[in-house]
Amino acid sequence: MNKEQRQAFQEVMEKYDERVERNLTRFPERRSVFYTASKAEVNRLYTPLDVEELDVIEDIGVPGSYPFTRGVQPNMYRGRLWTMRMYAGFATAEESNKRYKFLLDQGQSGLSVAFDLPTQIGYDSDHVLAEGEVGKVGVAIDSLKDMETLFDGIPLDKVSTSMTINAPASILLAMYIAVGEKQGVPKAKLRGTIQNDILKEYIARGTYIFPTDPSMRLITDIFAYCSKEVPSWNTISISGYHIREAGSTAAQEVGFTLADGIAYVEAALEAGLEIDSFAPRLSFFFNAHNDLLEEVAKFRAARRLWARIMKERFGAKDPKSMMMKFHTQTGGSTLTAQQTENNIVRVAIQTLAAVLGGTQSLHTNSKDEALALPTEESVQTALRTQQIVAYESGVTNTVDPLAGSYYIEAKTKEIEDEAMDYIQRIDDMGGAPRAIDAGFIQREIMDAAYRYQVDIEKGDNIVVGVNKYHVDEPSPKGLLRVDLSVGESQKAKLKALREERDNEAVDAALEKLRVVCQGDENVMPAIIEAVKTYATLGEIADVMRDVFGEYQQSVII
Amino acid sequence: MERPIRVLVAKPGLDGHDRGAKVIARALRDAGMEVIYTGLRQTPEQIVAAAVQEDVEVVAVSILSGAHATLLPRIKSLLKEEGADDMLFVAGGVIPDEDIVFLKENGVAAVFTPGTPTTEAVSFIKENVKK
Repeated sequence: MNKEQRQAFQEVMEKYDERVERNLTRFPERRSVFYTASKAEVNRLYTPLDVEELDVIEDIGVPGSYPFTRGVQPNMYRGRLWTMRMYAGFATAEESNKRYKFLLDQGQSGLSVAFDLPTQIGYDSDHVLAEGEVGKVGVAIDSLKDMETLFDGIPLDKVSTSMTINAPASILLAMYIAVGEKQGVPKAKLRGTIQNDILKEYIARGTYIFPTDPSMRLITDIFAYCSKEVPSWNTISISGYHIREAGSTAAQEVGFTLADGIAYVEAALEAGLEIDSFAPRLSFFFNAHNDLLEEVAKFRAARRLWARIMKERFGAKDPKSMMMKFHTQTGGSTLTAQQTENNIVRVAIQTLAAVLGGTQSLHTNSKDEALALPTEESVQTALRTQQIVAYESGVTNTVDPLAGSYYIEAKTKEIEDEAMDYIQRIDDMGGAPRAIDAGFIQREIMDAAYRYQVDIEKGDNIVVGVNKYHVDEPSPKGLLRVDLSVGESQKAKLKALREERDNEAVDAALEKLRVVCQGDENVMPAIIEAVKTYATLGEIADVMRDVFGEYQQSVII
Repeated sequence: MERPIRVLVAKPGLDGHDRGAKVIARALRDAGMEVIYTGLRQTPEQIVAAAVQEDVEVVAVSILSGAHATLLPRIKSLLKEEGADDMLFVAGGVIPDEDIVFLKENGVAAVFTPGTPTTEAVSFIKENVKK
C-alpha cells in the first residue's frame, strides 16, 4: 500500500471499529477474548495492516524456492499427491504382514511400521520387563527372522517404509538392509525413513535407552553410513508430533522440534560431516490438531524457519538442505472416547490442515483410537478420509491456496517469531540436550498441557461430546484385541531360534560390536553383521547398554 | 490440622505416555493432596515398594499401552502381600469398558478413561480414601 491508500484504509478501519463497538453493547460477542487451540489470542479481523512488514519475495516467495514458505515442490499436489501412509503393526510379524498387504491393496502408497514397546526399548519378548507388552502397541521383532516374515511378499524396491524406531534404530535399519539383501534388493535402492529422533524421546515419548551422548553418536553414525551406502534413506524424522501430543502449543511444537533439529545438525558437523552431505536426508514429523488455520500457519512457519536456519546459521548451499520435508499425523490426543463417530469429523479437519499446510505424507487416525488399536474397518474409513480430501475437496488443485490470507500470513509470522524465541532461549542454555537435562522443555510443555486441561474443566475450551453435548451411550463393541498368546508364541520362536542358529558366529559378532562401540569406528557395519547371524535385538542392545550405560530420566511434574 | 491425603502416581510397564499422569498429579496437588510421581517404566514391585515406603493412602496408576490386564492385578496382589491392601487403588488410561469390569473384579477401585474431568478423580479419591 502506498501512503495514501494506507491512510484511506485506516479511515475505513476506524469506522469499522466504531460500528462493531456500538453493536457490542446490544449484541456482545460470545466471549471477551478469542483464542486458538494453543491459547494464542485471535483478533476479530485481520487486514493488510497485519502483514505490512512481510516481503512478498523474502518471506513468502514461490513454492519450490527458498524460503519454501509455500511448499517444497513447485507444483505440489498437482504433480503427485502426498504419500498416504498408515501407521500400523500389532501382534506378530505374520499378523502385521497381513495388515500391510491389506493396506497396499486399499491404495495406500507406503508402509509405516509400528513396533511394540519391548522392541522399541531394546528388549526381547522373553525379557521380564516385556511381560504383558508383547505385540500390544505394535509388532514384536526379536530377530532378523521376524523381520523377514514382516516383509514377506512385499518387494522392498517397490515400497517406501517408515519405521517408528528410535533408540534401537540402527538395529532395525540393519535388519531392513539384511532383508533387502535376501530379496536381492541392493541397499542403494531402499527407500524409507527411520524416526531415529532420541531427543524427543527424552522430552515426550519415553522410549529412550542410552544416555544423551552415545545416543547422539549412534545417530551421526547412521547419517554417515547412509550418506554413502543407503543414499535414498531418510535417516531421521525429527518429531514434533509427540511434543504436541504431550500438550505443547503449536509454536512450542515448532520451536522445540527445530531446536532438536539444530542439535542433530551440530552433532553431525562436529563428527566431521559436511552439511550438504547429510542435510537433504533430514525429514520432519508434525501433528495436525483441530484449529485448522493455526495449523496451516504452523506448517508454513516451520518450513520458513528451517530454511533460514539451514542457510543462515549453517551455511548450507544445496537448496535440498534447506527444504523441510515432513510427515504429518492427525492428533491422537484430540480424539475422544465419547461418541467416537465424532472423531471421523475431527480427523477430516486435521487432514485438511495437513494438506493445506503442504505435507509430504500423512497418517490419519481412526475413530476408535481413544479406546484401543483400530480395527481394519475404522482404518479404512481413516484412509478414505485422505482419499476424499485428495480427490473430492478440490484443495489439491492449486498450490498453497491459503497464502495471502491476512490471518494466515500474520499467524505464520507470529508462530515463526515465537518458535525462534524458544530456539534462542534453548541456545542460551547450551542447546537442546542441555535444555532437556535441565527439564526446561518438559516443564514448558507440561505447563501448557495443564493449562489446556484446566480450560476444559472451566468450560473455556469446548470438546463436543465431552464437556458439552454429552450423552449416555452404550460401550462401543468390536474393538481390536491383542491376546496374550502373542507373548507366548514370540517366546517359543526365540527359544527355537537360539537352538537353531550358529551361536559361535553370534558371539563373535557381538564381541566385534562391543569393540566397535568402545572405539569410535562407525557402528553400522558391525550391527549389520550381528543381525545376519540372527543375534537378537535384545542381545545387540545389551552389548550397547553395557558399553554406553542407560539414561536416567529426570522426573518433572 | 489433618494430614493431607498422600498419593503415589505411577507409570507401570514400558509405556512412555505420561501427559495424563502428570496432569492428574498436578490436579491432585492443586486439590490439596501430597503427590509423589514415580516417573516411567516402573515394575509392579517398584510401585508397591514406593507406595509402602512413602506411606501413601492412594496408588493411582496411568497406563496406555494395553498391558493393564497383566500389570494391574499384579500390583493389587503385591499390595495385599505387603499388608497395604487398605490403600485405595485407582487407574486411568486407554482401557476398554470390558476390561474395566475385569480390573474392578481384581481390586482396582475405579478406572478413569480419556475425557474424564480431573475433578471427578479428585472427588472419587476424597470420598473413598480410608484415613
